[in-house]
Amino acid sequence: MIINTVVIVLLSCGLIFFFGGALGIIRMPDFYSRLHPAGKLDTLGIMFMTSGLALYNLHHFTWEALLVSLKMLLIVFFVFHSSPTATHSIVDAGIRAGLRPWSKHERR
Amino acid sequence: MIQFFLGSGLFLCVMMLFSLYRGIFGPTVLDRLVGANAIGSKTVVLLLLIGFIYGRVDMFVDIALAYALLNFVAVLAASRYFHKRKGLYEESTVE
Repeated sequence: MIINTVVIVLLSCGLIFFFGGALGIIRMPDFYSRLHPAGKLDTLGIMFMTSGLALYNLHHFTWEALLVSLKMLLIVFFVFHSSPTATHSIVDAGIRAGLRPWSKHERR
Repeated sequence: MIQFFLGSGLFLCVMMLFSLYRGIFGPTVLDRLVGANAIGSKTVVLLLLIGFIYGRVDMFVDIALAYALLNFVAVLAASRYFHKRKGLYEESTVE
């Protein structure tokens, strides 16, 4: 019973982070500032939701379920390395293409 | 618990629609790339939720891992492509 409560809290945290990320991608004025919610909040949302699901998977403990949960944590590990790399690569492409960052006096 | 998973999956689909807006109407190509990357990172969690709903997590976790890898490779390849080809411009300013 208590494990269900913890799982629901973790999944809700992940959904809130995903909501913030999607809202930031829509509302931010500039390409560079749009990468800020897209890079961070999606990573955190994946971390919360995947750890919640890995905890729920250990409801009835077997060694196979433990292996599946370790694979889910492996997804989190991989995303924590790949998401900053992808974000840095996109920013690098934008800088090299000469896109100017948004300044305060432009209306967008 | 399955109902909560189903509701979370539907909420994630709505979030994917929000990101799809940026993918369709984004002013530059890189905006579309950001939208596609956000959709891909939500799809990983959605695949795990589908696995729990169908009761086959041991299969779907491999698919989710492969999808995360594929999403990373796609974004990396597309952004390296725009290093070479400097064809990026603001579509709203051209008109």
